[in-house]
Order: sequence, then C-alpha cells, then structure tokens
Amino acid sequence: MTSLAINAEGLVKAYGPVVALDGVDLAVPEGTVLGLLGPNGAGKTTAVRILTTLLRPDAGRAEIAGVDVVAHPQAARSLIGLAGQYAAVDELLTGRENLVMAGRLNHLGTSCAKQRADELLDRFGLSDAGGRTVKAYSGGMRRRLDLSVALVARPPVLFLDEPTTGLDPRSRTDLWEVIEELVGDGTTLLLTTQYLEEADRLADRIAVIDAGRVIARGTAAELKADLGATVVEVGFGDAATAGLAVEVVRPYGTLTGPDDSHRLQLTVNDGPHVLVQILRGLDAANLAPARLAVREPSLNDVFLSLTGRPAEPGADLVADANRSAA
Amino acid sequence: MSATALPRAAVTRPVPVHTGPRVVLGDAVVVAGRNLRHLTRNPQLLVFATIQPVMFVLLFRYVFGGAIAVPGGSYVNYLMPGVFAQTVAFGAIATGVGLAEDLSKGLIDRFRSLPMARSAVLAGRTLADLVRNVGVVTLLVLVGMAVGFRVSNGVLALLGGLALLLLFGFALSWVFALVGLLTADAESAQAAAFPLLFPLTFASSAFVPVQSMPGWLQTFAANQPVTAVVDAIRALVLGGPAGSLVLKALAWSLGLLVIFVPLAVRRYRQSG
Repeated sequence: MTSLAINAEGLVKAYGPVVALDGVDLAVPEGTVLGLLGPNGAGKTTAVRILTTLLRPDAGRAEIAGVDVVAHPQAARSLIGLAGQYAAVDELLTGRENLVMAGRLNHLGTSCAKQRADELLDRFGLSDAGGRTVKAYSGGMRRRLDLSVALVARPPVLFLDEPTTGLDPRSRTDLWEVIEELVGDGTTLLLTTQYLEEADRLADRIAVIDAGRVIARGTAAELKADLGATVVEVGFGDAATAGLAVEVVRPYGTLTGPDDSHRLQLTVNDGPHVLVQILRGLDAANLAPARLAVREPSLNDVFLSLTGRPAEPGADLVADANRSAA
Repeated sequence: MSATALPRAAVTRPVPVHTGPRVVLGDAVVVAGRNLRHLTRNPQLLVFATIQPVMFVLLFRYVFGGAIAVPGGSYVNYLMPGVFAQTVAFGAIATGVGLAEDLSKGLIDRFRSLPMARSAVLAGRTLADLVRNVGVVTLLVLVGMAVGFRVSNGVLALLGGLALLLLFGFALSWVFALVGLLTADAESAQAAAFPLLFPLTFASSAFVPVQSMPGWLQTFAANQPVTAVVDAIRALVLGGPAGSLVLKALAWSLGLLVIFVPLAVRRYRQSG
C-alpha cells in the first residue's frame, strides 16, 4: 500500500486582509511528483513555506511522512530538503564549503559531510567549480548547487519552489534532466512552477492553484482531456483580414485572439471536422489563411479555460524557446 | 484526486531529533566559521574591521589629541580605552548587516528549514563578532603601544579590561542582531545602526571627559553603557578605584544580554 509523503488538509493562511491560501488540500504519495502550477501570487510559495515549517498555517494541518509540521517541526525538517526561488547559497563560500556547512548543520559529522559534498559536486557537474567562491558561478550553476545543498542529508521528500525561474532555456533543460534523475531514485517531489511545460514534463500529477485555491487537479493528460478539445490555429497576413475572419470562425468554438501576429486560436471539440468547416467558411468569405495548425491543447490552454486568463505572460515565450532549442 | 483517497503513512517513522547544549554549540561553531570566512573573502569587511580603528587611533593621537585636556595628562593613555569601546561598538553592526543580508538572500530560510538548533544562527553570528574583536583589539593594543600607550597596572589588569570590553561587544552584537532581523535588508540595518551608535560612542567618555560637555549632555553621557565600559577599562588599566566601575560595566553588558538575547531569538523564530 502506498503511503503519503506529503499530506495537507484545509491549509489556510492570511496576511492581514490578503488571503494567500484559502483551504488547500494536497496529497502526494511516496515516490511521486506533484506539480503545483499557478501564476505569481497564487499561493504556491506560501504552501511550500508551510509544508517546510517556515510558516505556521492559520488553519488546517500538514504532515510530512506522517510527521505533523506544526507539532513536530524539527522532526519534519530532518525529512525534507528545500530549494527556493532565489538560490539560497552563500556567495562568499566556495561550492564545496556550502555543501560541507549544510552537511554539518544536518549533523552528518565533518568527515561524512566532506565526503557527501564531493559526491554531490561530482553528480551535479560542479567538481571543477567546487573550489571557487559561488560569486563566480553562473545562474544555472547556482541553482544546481542550491539543489545539491537541499539533497545533502538525502531527504526522502524534496520541495523545489520555482527551481528554474529566471534561467535561460539551456540551463532550464539541464536542471530538468537533473531533477528527472532524482525522481528516478525514488525521491518524493513537490515542485512549484509558473511554467506549464515544466509541470507537464516533470510532474506525475498537477494541482492548478489560483488565488489560494486548488482549481483543478489530475495528470497532465487528464487536465487536457477535461478540456475535451483540440486547438485550431489560423494565422492571417494582416489585422484587417484577421478581424473579418473572427466573425467566420466564432461559431465553431471558444475563440482567443487575434494576437500580435494576427493569429486566431479556437478551442474546439471535433478538430478535423471543424477544421474543414472553418476552411469552407473562410473560402466562401474570400479570406485566405497564411498559416494553419491543429494541435493538442497545452497546459496554458487548460489554465486559460479554467481561469479565463493566461497562466503568465512569458509562458509562450518559454515554450517557444524550448521548441526551437529541441 | 481527493486528500482522503489514500491512507496516511501507516507507521510514523522514528525521526531522530538532535537537541541539547552540545548541538547548539556545535551548530553555532559551524555558523561562526562561515561568518569568519566571510571576513577573509570580503576585503571591505576586513578593512572596516581593522584599518578604520587604526585610523581613529592615529587621528585622535596626532590630530585632535593635542587640543584635548584630560585628567592625568597623557591623552594617548586616555584615548585607547575609548577607541577599544568605539571599535567593538561599531563592529557589532556587522552582525546586524550580516543577518539582514542573509534574510534578504533567503539563507535564513534555508537555515530555518534545516534540523539545526534554532538559536545557532544568531549565536554563531555573534560568536564570529567576538572572535573578530579578539583579533582587532589585539591589533589595536599593539598599535596603541607603538604610539605611546602604556599600561600602569600590569598585564592581568589589561586582560581583565579587555575581557570586559569583549563582553560588551558581544552584548551589542545581540542588540544589532535584533536590529538586523527587524530591518531585514542590509542598507536599512546600516542606516538604523548609525543614529544609535553615534551618540553612544561620541557623547561618552570615550574621547573627551564628560565634564567638558554641556550639562544636559553630561546627564546622558554619564549614564550610558559606553561611558560605563570605558571608565571601567581606564580604571583597570591606568589605575584608580575600579571595583564599582567594573560592576557597573558588567551590569550594563549582562543587562543588555538578558534583554536582547531572548528578543532576537524570538524574532528569528518568527521572521518570514
């Protein structure tokens, strides 16, 4: 029988009049990855701070491997690793010194901490940089070091709060590979992200969070299936044509656009059939599309249909950057 | 997916929790080691810690000193205990600024997520200040000797005076630990520290006799901790009845510790 590595029920947290969490339940079985997906300010970081004992909830309870984080915070801390949004490593220490310090503060003992530091530097491709002060590290190297610091005590449960925010696409892909490897070793992971593609790639299950509430949960495939849809994209050469085409395609599904590149996006139930009808309609109105695509919905589409707005403005850019890198 | 669909961990694993004074001390030593390393890696900190007090010795010995009349006649002997106190007082800012910086960079969150002793981050920080003060004050004694500072009561009395000084510096580090945690960014911590330290160090007996100040200022200057500590060190080092002055200085330092250690630790637990 699988047991829960993370179990939170009814978490509430308010900062004065601002409700950051409004009754959040999360259950993460051992050895699985939960992606907590939502825009800035949705409450992702607040949830992580409660689960990692940094913040007390106003209401609700949370357990790490059966240990209550409010009643037994010190015991909970020895079960978790946390890597936050801002690579919390000491810039004036070397990579190796950061790891040894974390090992000793986890009470590994000095020689064991040193051995573990070398292991992790090696594993994260930081062996050569291990003797240099972190000040000289690139953003990607800092995140890798931050992640390895979180792993010093081999915690069974790992929290990564927006691990790739602010990284260039190449470093992001590198870090994804490292995280996938970790998960392969059986670590339970709760990952928060604004990047839909990241949740899609790394998470077994996804909880979509918005304004302090979980508004949807399931696997990436389930969330897409719930949308029950195919996305038809039709691009035009200029704004005027696109404007006329809006009237033609509107009856066939949920329309977004036209965007800056005069592209209309239509979420429809029966893609191929509707595509033919759209093309007929456009032909009859004498409107020739410049570009045409039919695709499976992305998580961004899911978020759009759940909340009526995109997850975050940069999401498409990131996806595009990764597509062109691939 | 519902939270109740899966059973909770059937058996709560026994989780070893390390506690006790040895753990606190061990963790504090690790953190102190980290902060002392900073001193060697960040030249600015080192300059602030060593060159500035030396400049003050030279400034007051050779520029202002000639114009200041003190009881006993020798200004350099009068000056050195004052510079000692000024140095540890301004040195205590490092704790505040360092903690504020750690807080803003997320390092405090990392420490707080580790199964380490709760008070060790603050204890380690203030311990590092103490170790740095031992080095800086030793240097100052040597510089003082080079410019004519002479101890008339023997080495033991000097060491006693320096111990009193280090205790005062340690107490001030805890005061600024609280300031750093409350301000939560390095610039604000620095900005908050100076208006506190300027009157304490300059409106004191550190550089000029309190009797030379206007009456309203004398009331403050005669009844504040820097004057208490400086007067006690002077009495110990240069001679004179020291007993009650030493007790007064001890009372100030211990009083500050009793008030500010719990306040800072409480704030550390809450912050975030």
